[in-house]
Amino acid sequence: MSAFSQLRLDGVSRRFGGQAALTELDLTIEAGEFIALLGPSGCGKSTALNCLAGLLPLTAGSIWQDERRIDTLPPERRGFGMVFQSYALFPHLTVRANIAFGLRMRRLPKEETRRRTEEAVRLVRLEDHVDKLPGQLSGGQQQRVAIARAVVFEPSLVLMDEPLSNLDAKLRLEMRTEIRRLHQSLGLTTVYVTHDQEEALSLADRLVVLREGRVQQIGSPRELHTRPANWHVADFMGYRNLWRGRVGQVDGDRATVEPSGHRLLGEVVGSLRPGVDAVVAVRPEDIRVDGPAETRNAMSATVEVVEYQGRELAAEARTDTGLLVHLRTEHRIAPGDEIKLAIDPQRLLVYPADASAQTDRLADAAGATR
Amino acid sequence: MSDAGPGRPLAHWQHRLAERGIDRQLWLLVPALVFVIALFLYPFFYGLTLSFQPTKGGPLSDYARFFSDSYERGTIWITLRIALPAALLNVLAAVPIAYRMRGRFRGKRLVTTLLVVPITLGTVLTAQGLLNFLGPTGWFNRTLLATNLVDEPVRLTHNYWGVFFSLVITGFPFAFLLVLSYLSGIDPTLERAAATLGADWRRRFTRVTLPLLMPGLATTFCLTFVLAFSVFPSAVLVGNPAGETRVISLAAYQAAYEQYDYPYASAIAMIMGFVELVIIAVVLAARSRFYTGSTGGKG
Repeated sequence: MSAFSQLRLDGVSRRFGGQAALTELDLTIEAGEFIALLGPSGCGKSTALNCLAGLLPLTAGSIWQDERRIDTLPPERRGFGMVFQSYALFPHLTVRANIAFGLRMRRLPKEETRRRTEEAVRLVRLEDHVDKLPGQLSGGQQQRVAIARAVVFEPSLVLMDEPLSNLDAKLRLEMRTEIRRLHQSLGLTTVYVTHDQEEALSLADRLVVLREGRVQQIGSPRELHTRPANWHVADFMGYRNLWRGRVGQVDGDRATVEPSGHRLLGEVVGSLRPGVDAVVAVRPEDIRVDGPAETRNAMSATVEVVEYQGRELAAEARTDTGLLVHLRTEHRIAPGDEIKLAIDPQRLLVYPADASAQTDRLADAAGATR
Repeated sequence: MSDAGPGRPLAHWQHRLAERGIDRQLWLLVPALVFVIALFLYPFFYGLTLSFQPTKGGPLSDYARFFSDSYERGTIWITLRIALPAALLNVLAAVPIAYRMRGRFRGKRLVTTLLVVPITLGTVLTAQGLLNFLGPTGWFNRTLLATNLVDEPVRLTHNYWGVFFSLVITGFPFAFLLVLSYLSGIDPTLERAAATLGADWRRRFTRVTLPLLMPGLATTFCLTFVLAFSVFPSAVLVGNPAGETRVISLAAYQAAYEQYDYPYASAIAMIMGFVELVIIAVVLAARSRFYTGSTGGKG
């Protein structure tokens, strides 16, 4: 299939019955990019991928491969490779026949099919297993067959639907590197769906965060990591501390917020005015415990739960006004300890609260104070 | 494994038996065993021994009698000629319908019920319906005559076709239900994967679905064939029991209840069973050439 220089999704939408699964997705994918579609389950990321693959017709919008409209083509004529969450290997075909399937469908000469299959087998290091059936392989090996099968015919775009979610933690890390390596060495263009923010951050050049079928933010891993566009994205990107509070003063891009009687100074993302509700977002690792005398954003708290995580401890503490704080520290702390906390204002993000800030975990944090 | 010690020889014993799958739950098999022994094994061996004790001649003389009489011998061919095409048609017709009907859609239950209803009718009611519909004065022929498509009624009952239709009507629901369950046992993602790899629907079916379905089709064929091969009531009711639909079960019936020659009837029944076994063995041998493992679906 012909390569492209640009793939454009234009208002791509999909409804199931009356339910909108994906709403107006606009996205331009450059050749060679690694894009991750990221979001919690049910956010529409798999729907987007299936629409792109042609396995699911759009209810509105269009998809363009350069100047060619492709959303009306059936999947077999798009020439995109796809890796399924369940791998979907053909159980009655050997590893070799599975990998060669795409080439056979293209009716390539026998010799070329053989050569390219062997090449792909070597690429994913399955030389010793070519004559086995998928049922005789381990999860990681099946995964590699699925990837080889999807890239062997040099597709212009490779789609991956949570390919690592069925693997154990160690294998997942190995395969992650493998996928990135293949993407680079083969010069692939990849769209990768995952609910794992760490996976997305480490793999992708650009991330698309979806929530309830709508794009929340598109940006580089760094942008998403340091400056989520709204508190939902922040929540998803590992900002575990989300506290609701009233805005005190606003001074340019700085504002003070008062969750549970604390006065916290932070960076404003979006627009805020004094007196409205805001959501404060802080990563556990940005909360400093007993650091050098820090007066800004200082709180005292009692440690409640401690989890050992290697170099660091992950802990839950409650401040004297009842605010629940998730933190990570290298200090040795134990349940019952009184600790002093401080947060650098640059690491404390302040978001406008929306209607849904009333619910979820925020209600707990705020509700505990009353 | 360490010894349980001198104080607990009994527990040790039971433990070792349980590891080999022998425990008190085995008692649950007793009712099934009683049924199999009383209603299948005993009559079968009774008939088998009876077939070697003919009223006159040596132990095999009833078998020899059957095969030396072309009128008797011919019943094997007559039955196969009806049963094989009927079973084949049932399986082949069930595939596209079941293929279309996997997955969920509105009205699926209604369509399935309509397709399966003939099972509940029984052979006699089906025969009655066939006579009313396809008989010389049935609606079908009256319509043909009224529209001047034919000059005289087409004969579709009291001959080969009557029995054939009857077998299709009663056998199709079985084939359909079986094929449907085999098909829903195949993970639909496999076809989606094949599509992304460039296979159009035809090749998705022939390269992926059909090979995975073949073992199921073979099993389905065997079951519908056995049902069709033992055809008896419809051969009499809508067939021509003295001629072209004198099936083998009819020959056995006549031996037993018209000539009261039980040994000869038993011999015919044994031959009938043997022919079925041969066909099933051939089909299962072919089936073993296909992949018969897990197909990933919810089957």
